[in-house]
Amino acid sequence: MENSVKIVTEKLNLYYGNFQALKEVNLEVCSGKVTALIGPSGCGKSTFLRSLNRLNDLIDSVRVEGEVRIDGENIYDKSCDVVRLRKKVGMVFQKANPFPKSIYENVAYGPRIHGVRDKKVLDRIVEKSLREAALWEEVKDNLSRSALRLSGGQQQRLCIARVLAVEPEVVLMDEPTSALDPIATQKIEDLIRALKQKFTIVIVTHNMQQAARVSDITAFFLNGEIVEVGNTGLLFTQPVDQRTEDYITGKFG
Amino acid sequence: MKVKSKLRLMDGHCYISSGRTAAFLAQRLVFLVLRLAMLLVILVTFYIFYHILSNGIGVISLEFITAMPRKGMTEGGILPAILGTFYITLITALAAFPVGVFTAIFLNEYARKNMFTRLVRLSIRNLAGVPSIVYGLFGVALFVRALALGTSILSAGLTLGLLTLPVTITASEEALKSVPDSYREGALALGATQWQAIRTNVLPSAVPGIMTGLILGLSRAAGETAPILFTGAAFYLPRLPSSLSSQFMALPYHLFILSTQHHAPDKVRPIAYGTALVLLLLVAAMNMTAIMIRARFRKAAARR
Ligand SMILES: Nc1ncnc2c1ncn2[C@@H]1O[C@H](COP(=O)(O)OP(=O)(O)OP(=O)(O)O)[C@@H](O)[C@H]1O
Ligand SMILES: [Mg+2]
Repeated sequence: MENSVKIVTEKLNLYYGNFQALKEVNLEVCSGKVTALIGPSGCGKSTFLRSLNRLNDLIDSVRVEGEVRIDGENIYDKSCDVVRLRKKVGMVFQKANPFPKSIYENVAYGPRIHGVRDKKVLDRIVEKSLREAALWEEVKDNLSRSALRLSGGQQQRLCIARVLAVEPEVVLMDEPTSALDPIATQKIEDLIRALKQKFTIVIVTHNMQQAARVSDITAFFLNGEIVEVGNTGLLFTQPVDQRTEDYITGKFG
Repeated sequence: MKVKSKLRLMDGHCYISSGRTAAFLAQRLVFLVLRLAMLLVILVTFYIFYHILSNGIGVISLEFITAMPRKGMTEGGILPAILGTFYITLITALAAFPVGVFTAIFLNEYARKNMFTRLVRLSIRNLAGVPSIVYGLFGVALFVRALALGTSILSAGLTLGLLTLPVTITASEEALKSVPDSYREGALALGATQWQAIRTNVLPSAVPGIMTGLILGLSRAAGETAPILFTGAAFYLPRLPSSLSSQFMALPYHLFILSTQHHAPDKVRPIAYGTALVLLLLVAAMNMTAIMIRARFRKAAARR
């Protein structure tokens, strides 16, 4: 996959009522790369991520200005089909949120709502997605088990499989490993590295080592603004902005 | 004192200061009051139940629940009243369930949280406190007269439907609220429409709560007299209702008549007790069903 620009945000402002959570955010996200968003708590990382699949629409008080273009199309345009957008831009949440259904039904949920009825096709999608999410071997013997009885790490991989099942092009991840132990975390990180060949990945993380391990590009957020964006290796070793340096060296945040 | 000796340590020395003892005494006093209050409630409930049971049990027989009343209700059974109550409760359920659930879905899932929805919600809560006779008169004005449904099973059932609506809506809303937002967001993030998310991910989790609320509402409606008084309940009707537009007899109204309006109240006293018992058992059975649904749901939730 060539590394072309997949997502562009231009002068993105987002308000919760009177509170401005994103200020003039300009960012380019390339396909085939992992982009990490770092920054102190409350700086707007989740808000930014959720503005990329318009999940912020669910909050009554939210107002958005500026543009987010995905493949050149402004997703805040009136003509944009939100259902299609969210199918194309999948999201993995901070807290694994399997539905109270079986493992199979969780993964088949997306394809089903998008109209796949054929059981054979569904079976194939479920297996493929679970394999891609590196969960197949652990659950293949009992797909009818309730997803809520999986371990936390397995639940998070299930949620990733659920997203992959609708064949998105972009996968947004909001601190996907913050509730997991080191081993489960490593599995997810391996997964992210494997998936970046096929998907454009944007990941929010509080863990600087994680950003360094999995991402190609890192953007540092502070108070709703992007302070610095750059190659992950460079940003962590030679930050340009003093605030970035203070943050990554643990002087604040 | 028992409490004290428990806290005495191995060396036999008592470490309890007098301040602690006072706190323990206060605690015991509070427990005592709480226990007495509970005892009072149980006693009253049991006394009522025992009284009705002991007086009514002898009357109940297969004939009593399957036969028509005879000789000015002094003999025979109460089948028309049982069936009448059954039919209007059915109409009530059919009316209150969709309207209540859809209103709750609208309020909780679709409506913006603004002054208007707050006002709607407040009105609904207040409706729950409106005396049932007001519902009865409203039913006369709306269903019997304006919609020309006459005094009938339909009018009475719909009137009771209105009466249970606040309970149904409130219970359904609570049930919907208890469904985690992550179920909604998860589905929407996969490209589900809002209705798809509600139908496939929210409602299944909310249904037990909704059913519980509905049944509790119905069990209250089944025992109401005032709302059916002018909307279709008949004093004495020794035949079964033939259609939705028939008048009908109903258990609570029958009981009311037998105990206060009958020309020979002493003669029909046993039948009154029997009727009260049947009504009580019916309502108890409905409440038990509600409890069972809830318990089964809890167990299912624990298993997950
Ligand atoms: N629904 C909301 N209504 C009002 N303000 C909100 C809402 N959600 C977030 N905010 C505010 O927007 C700002 C950014 O929040 P956001 O959740 O994007 O931060 P974050 O960078 O993801 O933080 P964390 O690292 O703790 O997850 C915060 O100041 C927060 O208080
Ligand atoms: Mg966040």
